[in-house]
Amino acid sequence: MSASVAVTGIGMVTALGQGVAANWPALLAGRSGIRTLTRFPVEGLRCTFGGAVDDDGLGGLPAAQRCLAMGRMVASEALAQAGLTGSGFGGPLVLALPPIELEWPQRRALAARAAAPSYAAMLAAAAGDADDPAHRDFLFGTVAEQLAEAFATAGPPVTISTACASGATAIQTAVEAIRRGDCDRVLVVGSEGSLQVEALIRFGLLQALSTHNTDPAGAARPFAADRDGFVMAEGAAALVLERPAAAADRGAAILAYVRGCGEAADTFHRTRSNPDGGAILRAMADAVADAGLAPDAIDHVNAHGTGTPENDKMECLALQLLLGERVGRVPVTANKSMIGHTLSAAGAIEAAVSILTLRHGLIPPTINHHHPDPALPLDIVAGAARPFAGRTVLSNSFGFGGQNVSLVLGLDPA
Amino acid sequence: MSASGREVWITGAGLVTALGEGRAAHRAALADPAALAAARDEAAFAPFAIHPIRALDLDRYMPRRGDQRATGPWMHYGIHAAGMALEAAGVLGDAALLARTHVLAAAAGGERDTALDEKILAEAAGAPTPAALTVTRLAEGLRPTAFLAQLSNMFAGNLSIVLGPAASSRTLMGEESAGVEAVRMAGRRAGAGQGDLFLVAASYNAARLDMLLLHRLGGRLLEGAWTDLWSRPPAGMCLGSMGAALVVEAADHARARGARPLARLVRVAHAWSDRTAGAAAAAAERDWADLPRDSSTLILSAASGAGPATADERDFLAGRGVVRGTAAAIGHGVEAAFAANLVLGAWCAEDGAFPALSSHPVEAMPAAAPERVAVSGWGVRRGEGLAVLEPVR
Repeated sequence: MSASVAVTGIGMVTALGQGVAANWPALLAGRSGIRTLTRFPVEGLRCTFGGAVDDDGLGGLPAAQRCLAMGRMVASEALAQAGLTGSGFGGPLVLALPPIELEWPQRRALAARAAAPSYAAMLAAAAGDADDPAHRDFLFGTVAEQLAEAFATAGPPVTISTACASGATAIQTAVEAIRRGDCDRVLVVGSEGSLQVEALIRFGLLQALSTHNTDPAGAARPFAADRDGFVMAEGAAALVLERPAAAADRGAAILAYVRGCGEAADTFHRTRSNPDGGAILRAMADAVADAGLAPDAIDHVNAHGTGTPENDKMECLALQLLLGERVGRVPVTANKSMIGHTLSAAGAIEAAVSILTLRHGLIPPTINHHHPDPALPLDIVAGAARPFAGRTVLSNSFGFGGQNVSLVLGLDPA
Repeated sequence: MSASGREVWITGAGLVTALGEGRAAHRAALADPAALAAARDEAAFAPFAIHPIRALDLDRYMPRRGDQRATGPWMHYGIHAAGMALEAAGVLGDAALLARTHVLAAAAGGERDTALDEKILAEAAGAPTPAALTVTRLAEGLRPTAFLAQLSNMFAGNLSIVLGPAASSRTLMGEESAGVEAVRMAGRRAGAGQGDLFLVAASYNAARLDMLLLHRLGGRLLEGAWTDLWSRPPAGMCLGSMGAALVVEAADHARARGARPLARLVRVAHAWSDRTAGAAAAAAERDWADLPRDSSTLILSAASGAGPATADERDFLAGRGVVRGTAAAIGHGVEAAFAANLVLGAWCAEDGAFPALSSHPVEAMPAAAPERVAVSGWGVRRGEGLAVLEPVR
């Protein structure tokens, strides 16, 4: 068992709105943030919808700038709740971020400036300077650099990608730094703004996305028999993590604890889990053990629950192996049914939702669960929010590439 | 800083660069100015010189054709280096050890289909609705497998699939500082008992139009004939392809399984100055203060060649030891630069000498048998990295 780490502030933005105050009631009410995309032409695409965050002109920005803007929103909210808005945060930033690339509007603009629409001509015409946005804003380090500067975090910021597990990996990385005494607190941000055309097409080509184009709000159907893929979405969450004694010393209110973290790499396949469920079971079991608990102490599962046929089947199998005969009695919910799959941010957003669940004693529903899958004997919190009196939540995040992370969050430090 | 108690060793290293693969190839080429010159390519992407990897025995660590097809050169280089490092550490093929091996990768992204990009750009230039045309042509032209070869985390993901390390897998992003952070995190976690066995892996493919364009847009690339690393204009970067990997291991764990150390990882420091005038030197000074300023320190610098960071790092390092700017030989490998220099450092922690690569005065201190190797890497925009290695005697 390892030491628990306190959470003293959270912030979030999703397709349901900005801030915990907008998101929590919407989540409890079972609202969907998924809509037909308007940010770029979608005619003829296999999937034409998603959970876009278009507030405040964000839709017109390149993905990295959208990640930065959402990162600023959620970090401000979390720091305000933690009472840490003064000068100097006093700990590092750990950021979960998607990969960054030059996008098509920029690429077309460069080609238009060049003598010909070729890389050779663009290279010849492109001599800029270090602060040219076409350069700076497409480096992988810039979002973290600017967030670190904006919130005066200490030392080098860490930018992490473990695909769909990134947000949870960022939390784990922060927990480890606090546990080994490197720092007293860490600002964790997971931000995902990748709803740009090429990313949507790429995920579509993997046949990973739902294609319920005529019913966007009903498309994400985690654990349902008629699930057909995930829904790409944007959003961000921030968590202020602190050594409990340091939080207590400054009189900060502790919202919950990260009690345990587990991770496991699957060596089986690029997009599929090993059919034995071994790696995702190992991630979950290690998180429970790291928390000093037995699987019996898990009161609720905030599932990865993407709504792909494969993920939900494998997650169910691993939960059966972890929870044994209790599996049908532990409530499971999938936030992605409402907010879509926020990819790099999902682990952070769902950890934040898990904390709200613990504090408010209410589990947000899994919507679109009209046709339960008889092959998945789970207690899905379908339809409406459910009262909850438990003390611990297991939050799962599994990524393409076999990077699996589970977190145990709880109201008690031990 | 293995301050938390446990001594940390480097027990395996792998490197592939324009100079070839492995320890002997690098030692031979570094001592041969003609070989160094021959390793550069000033024609393929003229007027921008690069240091390309020309050949790789891909089958050695990635024998399955399916794996080779699912990955591009960027992943090939890093996975190859990781295979070398695991092999050197006696971990390759050992299922029990691999199950406990944590991966820390420093990565950007994989190759784009630049031919498709150019085709779409050409057609979009005359189209009434360029955005709609782009969508149509992308949907028709993108290949699903290419996406998985592009995703940053899939370098580590493929590494686990091909070579088998399975304890955990984390990918760090953010240019040069990602490379420093991967090494720092491995050292800290091993030192603190948050794992025993770590594979740090990083990769860079310089032979890419999209990467050249990204750095050209920032005014970073050296234009025209290749010149001495330390005397270049601010647009002074020559990119270099490289795969670099290190097995970082708690010394007690290595001893227990009879693994031999290449070097002791004494500490890894990573400062983060705002790069106002003098800030980087002031930040680095705090980490360098206790190192003697004489020829007992061999300093391998991962300076990129681009200024002002390169000039600032050069001026900071002058007189602190026997300095070698390795980008002169292997080019700048961005995320992979720090790990590549650490591999070279781990190899010469035992070997001793490292030939001068420049006639610039910063490399003029007469060489002696080093007592330690300091690897310095200042990011082009941010981050001042330092790793200190010592021979284990």
